[in-house]
Amino acid sequence: MTFRDIAPIVVLIALIAFVPAFITANTVLNFLVFTLIIALAAQGWNILGGFGGQFSFGHAAFFGTGAYAAALLQVRLGINPWVAFAIGTVVGAAVGWVIGYLSFRSGLRGSYFALVTLAFAEVLRILANAATFTGGAAGVLIKLDVRPGNFQFESRGAFFWIALALVGAVLLLTRWIERSRFGAQLVAVRENEAAAKALGVDTLRVKLGAITVSGAVTAAAGGLYAQYFLYVDANIAYGTWISVEVILAPIVGGLGTVFGPLVGAVALHGLGEITKLAAGSVPGIDLMVFGGLLVAAVAFAPAGILGLMRRSARSRGAARHA
Amino acid sequence: MYSPAIIAEAVVNGLMAGAVYALIALGLTLVYGVLHIINFAHGALLTAAMFAVWVVYEAFGLDPYLAILPLTPLFFGLGYAVQRFVIGPASHGNDSNILLVTLGLSIAIENALLAGFRSDTRTLNTDYGFQVVEFGPLLLSKPRLIGFGAAILVTVLLWLLLSRTDTGKAIRAVAKEKFGASLVGIDVAHVYAVTFGLGCACLAVAACLLMPTFYVNPRIGQAFVLVAFTIVVLGGMGSIPGALLGGLFIGVVESLCGLFLGDSLGQIGIFLIFILVLLVRPTGMFGAKA
Repeated sequence: MTFRDIAPIVVLIALIAFVPAFITANTVLNFLVFTLIIALAAQGWNILGGFGGQFSFGHAAFFGTGAYAAALLQVRLGINPWVAFAIGTVVGAAVGWVIGYLSFRSGLRGSYFALVTLAFAEVLRILANAATFTGGAAGVLIKLDVRPGNFQFESRGAFFWIALALVGAVLLLTRWIERSRFGAQLVAVRENEAAAKALGVDTLRVKLGAITVSGAVTAAAGGLYAQYFLYVDANIAYGTWISVEVILAPIVGGLGTVFGPLVGAVALHGLGEITKLAAGSVPGIDLMVFGGLLVAAVAFAPAGILGLMRRSARSRGAARHA
Repeated sequence: MYSPAIIAEAVVNGLMAGAVYALIALGLTLVYGVLHIINFAHGALLTAAMFAVWVVYEAFGLDPYLAILPLTPLFFGLGYAVQRFVIGPASHGNDSNILLVTLGLSIAIENALLAGFRSDTRTLNTDYGFQVVEFGPLLLSKPRLIGFGAAILVTVLLWLLLSRTDTGKAIRAVAKEKFGASLVGIDVAHVYAVTFGLGCACLAVAACLLMPTFYVNPRIGQAFVLVAFTIVVLGGMGSIPGALLGGLFIGVVESLCGLFLGDSLGQIGIFLIFILVLLVRPTGMFGAKA
């Protein structure tokens, strides 16, 4: 990675880091933290779906595992929340590897891969909803004990910076993947798996690497969610809503790009808030818009918002040269 | 332990539920067999059909079984239009795009229903909703028995349509080789839309058969759609007898799992079968080798 690869990411994150200095309203900060958590989860999906072309419809499996691991390890076993968060991320990676190993080894791809990931997430949801260790349908409540050593903070700003730091770290990670040999092989698998294999790419290993990293990142978002809201239940952690959110953000922002998931998450949730303001408190209205937007993005802007911006920048540049 | 009579009743109840599952899966498998796409909007369209049954009952007092007559052509037309004017043009003929477009459609439909009807659960109060029929030692719910018979009948009719009529021949030709079909003068976009319409028509019939004994809320489709996917994968993507047998089998599995594991774990048997079939034999019992 060169300086030019890293600089835009560092500058962007540094600029966003100043937001809590100007905005102190709790509702706005809440919205921003939530959006960053979604962006982080979507960044995880984007590594597998955007760069690797393997569309998972069940990333809730990783999000939920991260959330439950973070919550249960501290509530049931008394492990320090920071350590629990880290372990949750590792467990997410492991779950990713297992699901990947089972499905990729059986040669599942395309719609079949989407379906099997969806089924894995549903199995985990039903288990978490029924088992007593996970608190059943009542869920797990993390005890309020505000201490930085406890991963709980007085101000929402602190959470904002932690979420932002994680998003920034994954932006750098994604940039590194994009520039690395592994990333090139991953894109080769997306574009033409048979050709990649014929050229000697170990496609199973590459896909397994991608789903493992993907699982870890999305699990970290889940752990952060649990720590921020101090509550987890099966329909939140393993619900289809999060599987859908992490698909929407990269596609709207720019599939298989470094900044796509972040741009998409901010655009979608910004639009969602505006819709809610405009339409009043009608339930589901924001998601209705999201669904329509997904269809529109696939139909008219397959490269997402970033693609549209690049296209308009290019046509303006062309006009100047003419 | 459970007495044989309870188990027998669970099996028969499972078969009756399974026939309606099969009808839902039939629409899915037909669309897959011809368009080679997985229609993620199938569950949301089923929810829409169930709300349509509820609306015509509440507004016009139309009996759900009579509602089959207007709703089936209505949903055929709706499905035709959705494929012809939304899914077809929006996906640029790319498989993963179709997956995303139908996902987007399902989110939009489901939440439009949520915005319109709110999240309340609604039921129909028909006077035959709780009637039972004695069948030897078993007491069977009359509306579910009707559902069973009607679902089998629709399956047979659909099979006849596909095997005996010109439209059916065109559909099968497109399913086999769409380029060849277009060369001999078949309008492929039209056949795609007709197939999608038929899939939606199956949903309308299924909704009418379900509503006398079931309830509807905007999220109900999700419960059925995974079951339908399981049936389709189990029976073999695109296979009509596979969908029927798969549906009956899954109905029994769900009923028995519910009996032995309790309600909250009841569905897990279905998903485990689903994952196992996908991992071990993704072509299902009757599907052709991919």
